[in-house]
Amino acid sequence: MKEFILKKILISFITIVGAVSLVFFIIHLIPGDPVENLLGEQALSVDKDRIRKNLGLDKPIHQQYIVFIENLAKGDLGESLYKKGQKVSTLIAQRFPNTFILALSAMLVAISLAMGAGILSSLKRGTIIDTTIMAISGFGISIPAFFLGPLLLLIFCRWWKVLPPPASQEGILSLVLPSITLGFALAAFLSRLIRSQMIEVLSEDFIRTAYSKGLSKKRVIFKHAFSNILVVVITIVGMQFGSLLTGAIITERVFAWQGIGTLMIEAISKRDYPVVQGTIILISSLYVVINLLIDIMYALIDPRIRYAKDQS
Amino acid sequence: MQRINLNLGLTIVVLFVLMGMLGPLFLQDSDKIPSIENQLRPPDSEHPFGFDENGYNLFSRIILGARIALIVGLFTTLISALIGSIIGAISGYFGGPVDELIMRIVDILMSFPGILLSISIIALTQNPSYSMIIIALSITSWVPYARLVRSQTLSMKNRDFVVAARAMGAGDFYIIRRHILPNCFNSIIVQATFGIASAIIAESALSFLGIGPQDSASWGALIDSGTQYLLIRWHLAFFPGLFLFFAVIGINMLGDALRDRLDPRLRV
Repeated sequence: MKEFILKKILISFITIVGAVSLVFFIIHLIPGDPVENLLGEQALSVDKDRIRKNLGLDKPIHQQYIVFIENLAKGDLGESLYKKGQKVSTLIAQRFPNTFILALSAMLVAISLAMGAGILSSLKRGTIIDTTIMAISGFGISIPAFFLGPLLLLIFCRWWKVLPPPASQEGILSLVLPSITLGFALAAFLSRLIRSQMIEVLSEDFIRTAYSKGLSKKRVIFKHAFSNILVVVITIVGMQFGSLLTGAIITERVFAWQGIGTLMIEAISKRDYPVVQGTIILISSLYVVINLLIDIMYALIDPRIRYAKDQS
Repeated sequence: MQRINLNLGLTIVVLFVLMGMLGPLFLQDSDKIPSIENQLRPPDSEHPFGFDENGYNLFSRIILGARIALIVGLFTTLISALIGSIIGAISGYFGGPVDELIMRIVDILMSFPGILLSISIIALTQNPSYSMIIIALSITSWVPYARLVRSQTLSMKNRDFVVAARAMGAGDFYIIRRHILPNCFNSIIVQATFGIASAIIAESALSFLGIGPQDSASWGALIDSGTQYLLIRWHLAFFPGLFLFFAVIGINMLGDALRDRLDPRLRV
């Protein structure tokens, strides 16, 4: 068990170091001069050299890399090229809560939709209700968020006019459509999972026993059946939280949501590479760490996984 | 169900391929020149898809977008399937430290969100070209092919026909090329069909984020500019999205049908 967790932590650590180095080298080795982009093509070469020196870009790449890793270890992601003295970590700290709220509420949307739909269609298996729910979830799995988002905006803000347009930022209401957009694919996938797991559990002997003891249907379904598939559902949801964070990049653009994804895209269009680097590193590290935590938690909860993994 | 998947999927895919390959040839000169008086003109009976914000006929843009989706989808899949299969076969066939190294790289790539890697590759290039996009997407998408072929190679490398070939004096690479890879072909084709759909989505996503080639008619880019006019004009984002959605659904349906026929083991 200890060995399993240590191995997982080691792999995640290597992944993060690999990802960080990869992002650094990709950004620094790619053709295109950030200084030229910053000052324009007509800039004097004296000015360019000065800026380059200030940013440490005049040193050879391996020295830049060492400085970068040292600073990163101290939690210093550098400064934005555009606003003087603006720390990348401050920029990220300002925007990150928005992304986190969006991902979290998308997860809540996904869980509640999927629980309702999944349990209902497992109970009404083979009926028109089941078929409809499965058709909707098939639609949800295939539709990309950057089409679903505009579609929801059209329906709810333009034709039906029940929700405010995205720019208005009216508190909780402006969170509704982004969370549905981001959470819908997960809801679709999760409802299929819940349905198939529920169908399996409902045919088990202990469910028949529970019914024959005279327990109410509600109690059997929620207490006996659903609590049995909870571990699987929690794991899948946890593993998907990282994907919600990356998916947020797209959803944020649809709704002009001021999160870390829009920060990254703005930085890309301004060629503000310290910010690009910082946001990519943050999102990817979070993704890896979340998956690591879920893996460990899963192994702690479910002894079967633990032993299977120990043996492999 | 299987019949529906095959027929409907195949129909959509054929239409999509025809649209991407032949569609641009039918564009008239008037479609290539934007006209100011047509800017944002809503759909009417003559132009059922309306005009975009620059005054282009939206349908002509969608046709050009189909060609982009087709090219990026096919080439990304070709490159990543080829590279992935070779790496997977080598990894599974030789085993040992080579396998260990390759599998660690696969682990790292799998635990890293693919779209972020593609974004970082094209992020700071001024106006990336389509070949750049194809490379950026292929770098992450070879992984599933490598895993697939590796596992099949593992189960195949001690089977009689491989042992017999070796006894006849065949070299390792000859065996991989003539005996192992051909036997993985069906599963690779199935995987590649789904791969085309995800490459098309990924390309559209990058264009939607505004970091693809500039002024492109990629469906993602069309949806992106359409989203800005969403509250005045519905058709700008809706139609490109609809084409993207149907193309992806069609390809996935074809993939399901192929899986049932060619590779029943993969069925879930």
